[in-house]
Amino acid sequence: MDAQEIYASLDKLFPGKVSDLKAEVFEPYLNVDKDAIVEICRFLRSAPGFKFEVLSDLTALDWPKEEKIQVVYHLFSYAHNHQIVLKVDLARDNPKVATVENVWKVANWFEREVYDLFGVIFEGHSDLRRIMLPEDWVGFPLRKDYVEQEEYDGISTQRAPLVEKLLR
Amino acid sequence: MKPLINSLPETVFTTKVDELLNWGRASSQWYMLFGLACCAIELMQTGGPRADLDRFGAVPRATPRQSDLMIVAGTLTYKMAKRTKLLYDQMPDPKYVISMGSCSNCGGLFQLAYSVCKGVDKIIPVDVYVPGCPPRPEALTEGLLRIQDKMMRERWLVKPSEPAADQSGAAE
Repeated sequence: MDAQEIYASLDKLFPGKVSDLKAEVFEPYLNVDKDAIVEICRFLRSAPGFKFEVLSDLTALDWPKEEKIQVVYHLFSYAHNHQIVLKVDLARDNPKVATVENVWKVANWFEREVYDLFGVIFEGHSDLRRIMLPEDWVGFPLRKDYVEQEEYDGISTQRAPLVEKLLR
Repeated sequence: MKPLINSLPETVFTTKVDELLNWGRASSQWYMLFGLACCAIELMQTGGPRADLDRFGAVPRATPRQSDLMIVAGTLTYKMAKRTKLLYDQMPDPKYVISMGSCSNCGGLFQLAYSVCKGVDKIIPVDVYVPGCPPRPEALTEGLLRIQDKMMRERWLVKPSEPAADQSGAAE
């Protein structure tokens, strides 16, 4: 099933919840309404003909100008050898979305990573805490407006200025 | 009067106590098995049969409690930095530190990253910096020999009148 067909059937089953299909790229993607993401994911995982058993990646993008954070779901099906990418737009000042941990168990760690680096809150997540950075870390480093702290835990984060030549 | 030279039996030789102690310590530096990133591969090579650190009496130990030398081999993140400080504090005095590779010297390639410590000398005193990315086994061997030189200069019985040079403080 190609992206057009997936989009068409999703649009029929969930009218108004999916939009903006971009099919001509290597990994076709579409936008999903943030309230419907769990519902749509559960459908895509189990419905015959779709069978997206694998959440191969879950990541995020920061768009400071558009004032949004996009959470990106990469879905893949071994049964039908097809793939689709779902994107969910969230408000940048309060990014919250329901967890898909109950659909794909692997989402647990993916969502912790996105929380760690972007500060997206996944509602209903069973164990939402930082996964890689230390627990007392301040800020979310992959946000575009992240400012490095002066020091971390007594260790200076300042570095000697690079040689001019290297900066050019 | 018989000259003193060559008067003793062949099995006896004379030396200074300091020299003897230093010779013993410099010839049995046990370094801590402590690889953080790709430099660890080169560290393993240096311990392997071709470069063979064993011939200088340097053997890896798996615990800081039995180590004299810490070779910081690899990229040091802030999360690891706290652990590194703890490991260093657990080592018995006198102790020495080799900073191996660009990353542990100054953060190296990753020094603009939010999570990478800008040099291991921000946390613990370093004796010898080995440049390279990663340094070849020859370079690390050279670093070990520099540590040996430093050990041979230590004085234990007679304290120098001026404030003693910090054993582990000053960078070479």
